[in-house]
Amino acid sequence: MKPSLKLLDYSILQQCMHCGMCLPACPTYVATNKERHSPRGRISLMRAVADDELKLSPAFADEMSYCLGCLACQTACPAGVDYSNLLETARAEVQSAGLNQTFTSRFWRAVTIRGLFMRPRLLRFVGRMLWLYQRLGLQTAFRKIGLTKLLPQDLRRLEPQCPTVATKFSPQLIRPVETPTNKQHRVALLTGCVQDLVFADINRDTADVLLANGCEVHTPPVQPCCGSLHAHNGEADAAKTLAKRMIDLFPPSQFDAIITNSGGCGNHLRHYSALLADDSVYAPLAKLWDSKLRDIHEWMMEHGCRAPRTGLGDLTVTYHDSCHLTHGQKVTKQPRDLLKLIPGLKLVELPEANWCCGSAGIYNITQPEQSEQLLVRKIGHVIGTGASVLATANPGCHLQIARGLRQAGSPISLLQPVTLLARAYRAEKMTESMTA
Amino acid sequence: MSSPDPAVLARLREIVGAENVLTSPEDTIPYGFDGTAALKGPVGVVVHPGSTQEISEVVKLAAARGLAIVTRGSGTGLSGGSVPSTGCIVLCLTRLDKILSVDAANLTVRAQCGVITAAIDAAANKHGLFYPPDPGSMKISTIGGNVAENSGGLRGLKYGVTRDYVMGLEVVLPDGRIAHFGNACVKDVAGYSMKDLFIGSEGTLGIITEVLLKVLPRPAARRTMLASYDRMEDAAQTVSDIIAAKIIPCTLEFLDRMTIGCVEDYAKIGLPRDCEALLLMETDGHPAAVAEEAEQMLALARARGARDVRVARDDAEALQLASARRSAFSALARVRPTTILEDVTVPRDKLAEMVAFVAEVAKKHNLLVGTFGHMGDGNLHPTFLTDERNTEEMARVHEALEDIVTKTLALGGTITGEHGVGLAKKAWLRRQVGENSHDLMREIKRAWDPQNLLNPGKIFD
Repeated sequence: MKPSLKLLDYSILQQCMHCGMCLPACPTYVATNKERHSPRGRISLMRAVADDELKLSPAFADEMSYCLGCLACQTACPAGVDYSNLLETARAEVQSAGLNQTFTSRFWRAVTIRGLFMRPRLLRFVGRMLWLYQRLGLQTAFRKIGLTKLLPQDLRRLEPQCPTVATKFSPQLIRPVETPTNKQHRVALLTGCVQDLVFADINRDTADVLLANGCEVHTPPVQPCCGSLHAHNGEADAAKTLAKRMIDLFPPSQFDAIITNSGGCGNHLRHYSALLADDSVYAPLAKLWDSKLRDIHEWMMEHGCRAPRTGLGDLTVTYHDSCHLTHGQKVTKQPRDLLKLIPGLKLVELPEANWCCGSAGIYNITQPEQSEQLLVRKIGHVIGTGASVLATANPGCHLQIARGLRQAGSPISLLQPVTLLARAYRAEKMTESMTA
Repeated sequence: MSSPDPAVLARLREIVGAENVLTSPEDTIPYGFDGTAALKGPVGVVVHPGSTQEISEVVKLAAARGLAIVTRGSGTGLSGGSVPSTGCIVLCLTRLDKILSVDAANLTVRAQCGVITAAIDAAANKHGLFYPPDPGSMKISTIGGNVAENSGGLRGLKYGVTRDYVMGLEVVLPDGRIAHFGNACVKDVAGYSMKDLFIGSEGTLGIITEVLLKVLPRPAARRTMLASYDRMEDAAQTVSDIIAAKIIPCTLEFLDRMTIGCVEDYAKIGLPRDCEALLLMETDGHPAAVAEEAEQMLALARARGARDVRVARDDAEALQLASARRSAFSALARVRPTTILEDVTVPRDKLAEMVAFVAEVAKKHNLLVGTFGHMGDGNLHPTFLTDERNTEEMARVHEALEDIVTKTLALGGTITGEHGVGLAKKAWLRRQVGENSHDLMREIKRAWDPQNLLNPGKIFD
């Protein structure tokens, strides 16, 4: 059965009493002052569709796509409206109605969401090709001689945004099982898709932090995509398939925790039970899965993360909340507390720390203008803090903000909290082995 | 949803610019309601003017064509005051969002009507000043809407309501003329106090475009306290004791058990779920006075049997408690699909009786109710948790509301303390104010706006 607003439990729509408390939290409303670009405005449109007062239209589809899906409204909403569910249902309905699809958008959807992100080995292969292209200097050469101008318009716009692919992917950095001397927990580490291709070193850092805290880390070399990209873009069936593959690969009963270090993936990963509720075989497994799923910072602080004995010198750090980590998973305090464990590290609060940076999954690709406005706003605040390091914990935010900092010519470096902690543990080891 | 005729639309686009005239259903449906449950209206066109002059031109056009105008700010009203009527132009004033001046010598702030309420206080704060009215929606409500509804807030007992801070207004009249009332003088008895007629007029007499507000020196100290009780009467009695001790705290708010549970579900700040009443108290002013008053209030609360009394550690916790209280109405929406909020107000010494009566009424009609409100000023918000699609239950809700209104009026109270009459309460207005007063209000409206163009059907038919 295709998801649709009409079939959705009506009380989810009714839950919104349109009080307006979400308006000041919504980046697209604040930018435009138009009700349709607000959470309650979008919900009123969804309700109108469910009530047969509004037909599914290209304008409706546009509006669903204009939403960042940052879920700041869910944090602001006292009534507890399940906006994430509403948005995913509306997007799925738009998708199955075939609205707003051009030939190119269908092509790219087929290549990426239905192709690459369903096939982890193929994704890595393409990643490796991209790496070669970048490594052999072809990218620079092509740009210089203007060959990139031959790309189709969509790709031409995106080409400069293409992240630099990592030299080594996760399996080359992390063995399938790594055991610490003081083993207390057995955990699974999810390596992610973008995270694996671009930030495999952050996966290594995550493993190191876990090992330093007595966790045996299980990291199968080939892992499926978690399906968040699919669910957020109206591909519910593919999302279910991927969730089942994930559960098959990591039987939840075998681990104390299943660890993710990507805010966006994590928010989807911890809701498998809702996604697979109708599946008699997987529903109970998904429930157990959800109870084991932990964001890395959450898991570390839950078990009394060990403070490193050596720091990284005097370091002023500020922290940007990834939307789905803070608004989706409600993990806000733990990454900050984790950073504060590092000796000599001074944490300064970032104004509007939980305001979307404009990355928002593929939003920077689908809505470049609004995305850029949000990025500029974010970068202004980051520079204003006077910090030398910005920490954040989501690959999307990482790429987006790093690009913004480069554009602004800022020397501020962007690192993830686990990287800082892992470096401190390494510094500690180094100091102690030198003195020993 | 009939759109106005093309000539009208063309003229509107000429006045405010094409991008500020919305007509497609995807653009207009989200303007069909405000913050009031179960009320909505059809929208043909939404206009976002950028200046008083543009508003005046729009009103002139509407007057010439006999088109109604329903004005709105952020659409957070709680009596249906900005719910559109058939065939009207929805005039949304959020683009007029400039603070024009903060005058520390005369203690005033001049602002356009679309400025967010909290932004007024923030601007005043930069000069060590303070804008006291703080309606629950202050983070998004507009000052123009506050003046049009004469909004209250959590500080009514000590600081009064929006009306007490309005010194001057710029208003577009029903024929499009622009008029100014009041000024920065504390004393001014020149002619009728016309500004007072517009404050709380709910968009029926004119369109408020600019306001001159009074501000106060910011209190140097503030202390926030929370007391929990096993009986609502004890909380109410504590309030009476505090007033009898010649203390006027800025805030004395209460939440009942149902509301506490919902607020805690949302805010997760450790409110006790197993008590019958929570009393949120705040005193502000000179540090020495605040310290002394806070001590007295705590002692009085304990003497009345408060089970637990605590003082907010710091400003952050105080803010958290006040924000949690502000979220009460919306948080109650967690329980059932539809949330019908009332705003009856009784003389302060009758409040405990009224709260008990609300509980009885809910029981009698077999309804779920959460009650919270302003214990210091007698303004309570019984909130029925129901489902608008259940007609039988909705009928019982209406019976319960009738009972509550009857009791309120018997106690010498009012049907609305701070939300306005709008659509939601117009059936009861005549009963409260009496025939002559009701007739006079309508006569004023007719004389002022003979074509009945501004927000028709609100307050009275």
